[in-house]
Order: sequence, then C-alpha cells, then structure tokens
Amino acid sequence: MADEHNMRRVTAIRNGTVIDHIPSGQSLKVLELLNIARDTSVPVSLVMNVPSKKMGSKDIVKVEDRELTQTELDRLALVAPDSSIAIIRAYTVAEKLEVNLGKEVRNVVQCTFSNCITQNLREPLPHRLRVTSTDPLTLRCHYCQRPQDLDELIHNLL
Amino acid sequence: MKGLITMDDLTNEDILSILDDAARLLPVARGETYLPLLEGKILGNLFFEPSTRTRMSFETAMKRLGGDVVNLGDVKTSSVVKGETLFDTIQMVDGYTDIIAMRHPRQGAARYAQDAARVPILNGGDGAGHHPTQTMLDLFTILQSHGTLEGLSVVLAGDLRYGRTVHSLSHALVRFGCKLILASPELLRMPAEIIEDLREHGADVIETEDLLGNINDADVVYMTRIQKERFADEDEYTKVAGAYKLHARDVANVKAEMIIMHPLPRVDEIHPSVDSTRHARYFEQAFNGVVARMALLCRLLNIEVPAEIQGGEA
Repeated sequence: MADEHNMRRVTAIRNGTVIDHIPSGQSLKVLELLNIARDTSVPVSLVMNVPSKKMGSKDIVKVEDRELTQTELDRLALVAPDSSIAIIRAYTVAEKLEVNLGKEVRNVVQCTFSNCITQNLREPLPHRLRVTSTDPLTLRCHYCQRPQDLDELIHNLL
Repeated sequence: MKGLITMDDLTNEDILSILDDAARLLPVARGETYLPLLEGKILGNLFFEPSTRTRMSFETAMKRLGGDVVNLGDVKTSSVVKGETLFDTIQMVDGYTDIIAMRHPRQGAARYAQDAARVPILNGGDGAGHHPTQTMLDLFTILQSHGTLEGLSVVLAGDLRYGRTVHSLSHALVRFGCKLILASPELLRMPAEIIEDLREHGADVIETEDLLGNINDADVVYMTRIQKERFADEDEYTKVAGAYKLHARDVANVKAEMIIMHPLPRVDEIHPSVDSTRHARYFEQAFNGVVARMALLCRLLNIEVPAEIQGGEA
C-alpha cells in the first residue's frame, strides 16, 4: 500500500520510464547521470524520501515520453545499483529492466585522479573503470589503478 | 604476456625464469662476450621525463645484444610540445620499432600506451605508479646476494608515497612471502590502496616511522630519496629527512648478510661511509639494470636466451 500511495504522489505517466527504489536523496544524481537534468524537453517527476518497505525510504523518478536504453540505465549502477526500472507504454508496464553493472564502466565517467593519463581529454582511448567490488561498490581506473571516490566521481560524468 | 606494465603481468615462475636468463647473460652485459640475439630489432626509447640510469641501461642492454635504439629525444623539441596526444605518438613509434621502453609523468600512461600499441611496452615509470623493470633488477640483486627471494625480511625506507620503485617492489616481494617493514615519515606513507593490495595477498606488513630500530633483523634495507619539494618548508624537511639516513656506524649490529639497496640517485640518505661496508649493493644494483633489461627484452621479443653462454657463469 505504501508503495502504491508513493507512486500516486505524482500523476501516472502514459509513456516513459519509471525508476523506483533509488536510495533516498540520490535522485538528483540519477538525473545528472542520465543527462535528464539538462534536457528541458521532457517532463520529469521526482519523489524524494518517501517510505519504502524494502529500503526504509527511497526516491522515485518518472521520465515522460522517453524510454531509457539499457546502456543509459547501466550508468545508474554508480548511485542506485538496486533500482528497479519500468518502461511504461499506454499507462501499463510494458517492460521491466534491471541495472547491470558488469565488470567495467566504460566511457561513463572520467577517473578522479588528477595525474591520470586520461585527464587529457584529447586522448582518444575509452575511459575505463574496473569494478573491484559490488557491495560496497568500489571502482579502480583501468589505466592508473587508483581507487575512485564515488561522491567525487559523480562530478566527472562524460 | 604482451608488455610489462606492472608486476601483475608476470607470474612468480616468469620472474624466476627471467632472472635465470639474466644470470646467464652477465658476461654479455659485462662485454666479455658478444651475443647478437636481438640483431635486426629496434627499441624505441620514449622518455617523456628525465632519466639517466633507466634510459641508458635500456640502450646498453639493446646494444650489447646486437639490437638498435631510436630515441624520442628531448620532449621540449619533439612533437609532444606541439600538443600531440600520447596515442598519436605511440602510433608513430609503434610503426618504427619492435618494442618500446617508456617513462611518462602521468600515472597510467604505460597501460594506456600498451592499449594503443601493437608492440610490447616496457614501463620505465609512470607518474607515482609503477616501475617494474627496476623491480626486476632489484629482485636480481636480492637473489644474487641471498640465493632466494622467499621469506626475507625487507625494510623499505624513505618516500614510500611517491616512490614508484617501492610500489612495484613491494607487490613482488609479498608474492614471495617476504615480510615488509615500511619505514617512512607520516606524510610519505605507502598509499592506502597499495597496503590494501599487499594485505589481500596475505602479506605481513608493518608500518613504522622508525628506520634504525628496524634494520638489525632485516635481510634487505631498501633506501629511497626523500625530496625537499614534498614538504611545506625546509625546516620540516630537514627534521624529517634526518631520520631516514644511514651511516656506517648504524650498521654495526646488523645481520652479516644484510644488503643495502637504493635505486639511485642518492643525495645524502646513504653516507659515503656505507659504500665500503660489506652491505652496500647499490652500485651492483645499478649495473644489474643492464642485465635484467637484457633478459626482459629477450622475453618480450620471444627470443630464447641460450641455456649455455660461452664465458657465462650461473
């Protein structure tokens, strides 16, 4: 019931993507990760800090008229690895997707170490961060091998 | 194995077998016998920051084995100064050469170059990252003196934060079950992620600020240079650096077979009085750079070192 009530805090969307079970307070980062914050053409609804049976409290993001791709959703793994994603078509859930972190995060963020070779953005090889642990999430740069600070990393989105 | 970027590119068996090749190549390194195993091969020396020993020993190693060397030359007069990316520089040199030795001020540059190159890359130092060819000559020196790499007690002293030689060496030593005593000022401690890696390998690691209190039980004392520019002011540097110096009188009660090593150049962390003690090994260590790099060049170019070399010794 709690979850149903939360979903109704904002209007149901006709077509688009619903990202549920985002850790409380992380939804703004989710928007940033998905480049939604900069896109003014799509209506976005945000619900923050609502009760959740599974998580205690959570955030929800609804993006209208845009179906996020798996690649886009995989970027979420940096802040909301356990979020659940539903693609909505004609007010019904057409598809359920999961965030898939994989072994490497490629060309999503730039290494945070100031002396890493990848700081020169003219260098053409992909930015690569290796996933060294999933719980808690830890990442290391493939090139300089430095561990990454997740809070800092979010500011280095490509 | 394609190139050598970190010590993780070599298994313990690889390390021992390359060091075995190096031992057989000693008479060639000394110029006592000529063995043109690398005739027709070209090494590209890409040193984007200053180097004396590493660059010269690579060049000597290649020439002693009948190979040739092309140099990037001074970075200030090369295309790098015009803003060429590392990727483009590597594409060019990759076409000119059979193998590349490289030093770069940015960490991760060697791995990046290997991803961009067709030929093997030998990492001669990347920022404060790794320096695995130095580690191979360090291990060769230890093996020469102690006859084994297993289970030794090794003190690494000085600048453990920025000193890339000790980053690579510590990784290798723990894989051979060595006990590490890391003696450094608080400001220059070994990076936390390296300590974490070492402990994941089950390493016995002790961190301390006390050098002299830890040398009597050691088999190896590995000194590094503490650089003035790491400190906010000169007084602080003088106070701290003074605790990481060795004088002949300090080694009066050490084990008879203990060896003192240093990647050089030294400033005043090892007093010249130590040079004439039985413990000093840093000049042999510098010479071993040639023989260790000879063995590495052969291995990465898939050239077998003969089981017996005329005039050779095991």
